[in-house]
Amino acid sequence: MDRVPILKIGDVLLVSIQIDLQDQTVLALQEDLADRIVKTGARGVIIDITAVDIVDSFIGRMFATIASMSRLMDAETVVVGMRPAVAITLVELGLSLGGVRTALDLEKGMRVLGAPLPAVRPGTS
Amino acid sequence: MTAQDVELPIVSNEDVVRVRQLVRAVAAEAGMSLVDQTKIVTAASELARNTFVHGGGGSARVESVVNARGRAGVRLVVTDNGPGIPDIDKALTEGWTSGSGLGLGLPGARRLADEFELDTKAGEGTTVTVTKWIR
Repeated sequence: MDRVPILKIGDVLLVSIQIDLQDQTVLALQEDLADRIVKTGARGVIIDITAVDIVDSFIGRMFATIASMSRLMDAETVVVGMRPAVAITLVELGLSLGGVRTALDLEKGMRVLGAPLPAVRPGTS
Repeated sequence: MTAQDVELPIVSNEDVVRVRQLVRAVAAEAGMSLVDQTKIVTAASELARNTFVHGGGGSARVESVVNARGRAGVRLVVTDNGPGIPDIDKALTEGWTSGSGLGLGLPGARRLADEFELDTKAGEGTTVTVTKWIR
């Protein structure tokens, strides 16, 4: 089974999903994230699904579970990069992911979390 | 009429992913729009998981089909020899679940497909057929 790597940038844990998700992988990610939040004291989690071409009810529910779990450990979760076709399908499936914060891309997601973004290069302003 | 006809076993979580990939490939080759591809692949994922989790495993057949009026589409037939579904109305009700899920699997797959057929017999198994036509 593949595992999804978790990267740390400052106070934020970044998960960028680049594989076809199977159920066990999603469950493992949930546990790995819980561990990493506790170990690092991260205040935010970003799940980047730019490369994910389907989100079914199981995967969608896991995003909601991860968001609730992180919140209990004082970390905010933002799902970023959802493809339009995935969003249309999720709504038709009956899953609106009400409890999950979303942002269009990674940069906007970082902003939602109040994470510092790279400064403008000196001399360009 | 069948232009393409591939059958895959569903006996593991990996197989659920393989069914999704196969449906995606057949739908893309048939010229289906990206949104409709995503819908039928998502429906396939729900049905394949049901077969693995509730049906004790089974198989999926993916066909490229053409109807009497010459319209092309993709059909997925998912079969298991599991316990069957005792109450079809309940199983098709959104939010009703026999396990720990959300109860979106069957009703969701039905909404995402253009045609949906459920054939189940207690103690013998369940076959679900979904078809999506190309717009």
